[in-house]
Amino acid sequence: MKLKILNGVYFLILLIMSAAFLFPVFIVLINSFKLKFSISQTPILLPNADTFVSLENYTEGIKNTGFFSAFLWSLFITVFSVAVIVVFTSMTAWYIVRVRSFLNSLLYYALVFSMIVPFQMVMFTMSKTANVLRLDNPIGIIFIYLGFGAGLSVFIFTGFIKNVPITIEEAATIDGCNTLQVFWIVVFPVLKPTAITVAILNTMWIWNDYLLPYLVIGNDYKTIPIAVQYLKGGYGSVDMGALMAMLVLSILPVVIFYLSSQKYIIKGVASGAVKG
Amino acid sequence: MKNPIKRYFPIFVLPTLIAFLIAFVIPFLLGFFLSFTEFTTVSNAQFVGISNYIKIFTEDATFLNALWFTIKFAVVSVLSINLIAFTLALLLTRSLPLTKLFRTVFFMPNLIGGIVLGYIWQVIINGVLYNFGYSITSSENFGYWGLIILMNWQMIGYMMIIYIAGIQNIPTDILEAAKVDGANGRTTLFRIIIPSVMPSITICLFLTITNSFKLFDQNLALTAGAPGERTQMVALDIYNTFYSRVGYEGIGQAKAVVFFIIVAIIALLQLRLTRSKEEEA
Repeated sequence: MKLKILNGVYFLILLIMSAAFLFPVFIVLINSFKLKFSISQTPILLPNADTFVSLENYTEGIKNTGFFSAFLWSLFITVFSVAVIVVFTSMTAWYIVRVRSFLNSLLYYALVFSMIVPFQMVMFTMSKTANVLRLDNPIGIIFIYLGFGAGLSVFIFTGFIKNVPITIEEAATIDGCNTLQVFWIVVFPVLKPTAITVAILNTMWIWNDYLLPYLVIGNDYKTIPIAVQYLKGGYGSVDMGALMAMLVLSILPVVIFYLSSQKYIIKGVASGAVKG
Repeated sequence: MKNPIKRYFPIFVLPTLIAFLIAFVIPFLLGFFLSFTEFTTVSNAQFVGISNYIKIFTEDATFLNALWFTIKFAVVSVLSINLIAFTLALLLTRSLPLTKLFRTVFFMPNLIGGIVLGYIWQVIINGVLYNFGYSITSSENFGYWGLIILMNWQMIGYMMIIYIAGIQNIPTDILEAAKVDGANGRTTLFRIIIPSVMPSITICLFLTITNSFKLFDQNLALTAGAPGERTQMVALDIYNTFYSRVGYEGIGQAKAVVFFIIVAIIALLQLRLTRSKEEEA
């Protein structure tokens, strides 16, 4: 009996907390359908006959920010960077574990070290380097993301590979597989859950990343965070209606991604952290 | 016998190595060097010794202000995020209805980017303050608490997931045994659950402290440092020193080096401290 009441109270607490967590998104959603001048004054109110504007904010926002092109650039950069990171860092991690040498250890510790260095430390010099080497385009930035993502990704992969028995690999070599075949046919399938973790963590980071793409390609190519910041950061008065609509459109792909692959995301975050 | 894998170095390691050198190692070393120079473009760097470092702590007041603001922010947000996340994890590992749905909701804000998060909260906070004739940039305190609320909203779900994984890893027979021995809820929490999830606590503290110190996007979007530069955190201060003040690049880079050293020291201290706690447990 006492337990039942207690559980009831706990359930109520969770219910209230969930409402509090959903509230901000709900506010942005209702305001995206409101007249721009009524947003800053009464953001908590639902739109009424006077303030409802249908999709006007959306058409305006999409036009002003070039949202579709921003969406496609975000998608392009995220998908290819994550693919490149998973392919190359898994190979590097395996090589580091299987070939013991001073240089490999040095590389490993340098990669781990890079994880704690704040971005501001390399912000200016990295964007200059990217500029000089002509990496300041959507293809070049994939290469830069490989360099920045390598720390965490190699770290997670090596943590897992250390526990993979070497005997299957040796058997495959005796059967006549070359090293590339050994890795992609025998090793990589075993790494798949870890690869998903690495892919998820990097997707969450790259999709939302603002400063790196802004500094490297921001003048010519806008990703979603850059487009949103551009709308707000521009001079003159801010069109609050368009801003609300853009916030909704930015959240939408994330929510769809989250709901469709929630299982992997939660697992990825939990296992990525345990190994950290 | 030669390891046959070694021949594959160019395929397996070289791409990652070159990318890592270009994106991180070279900029890192170059940044270290440039912090001792005065420059506007990299090629015109003039060696000036440690004068940039002296200036950070003497004539340029923004850095120490930003550092103090960051520390105040980090302390409160790290405590609140971890307390709330741990409490939610405890509740969600009981057999209550809808726990999966609750977990989904609490984690969701974490996937939204910092810039978008900042504007969401700016609208809400401004909407509330408007009724009293204020806006978020009216006072330093509004920005401060706004950032803390925002950070909690974003990070609680992530930490909660890590705590849930930790709690679920506790063998059920230990909990059963405690129950049989007549341990009450509080004893079970402090004697069994908390010591067993020490590794999760380590990683959560590490993540929240470093993320609080490195916060940039949210700061830029929510207040951009206003009023004045009073809600400017270290990362934003460094950014503004580089890109809004001509001729201050060397000072900006020196600030970045100091920032890096502070973050590195905190990370190492914190890891060592909680690791020793883990061993005791």
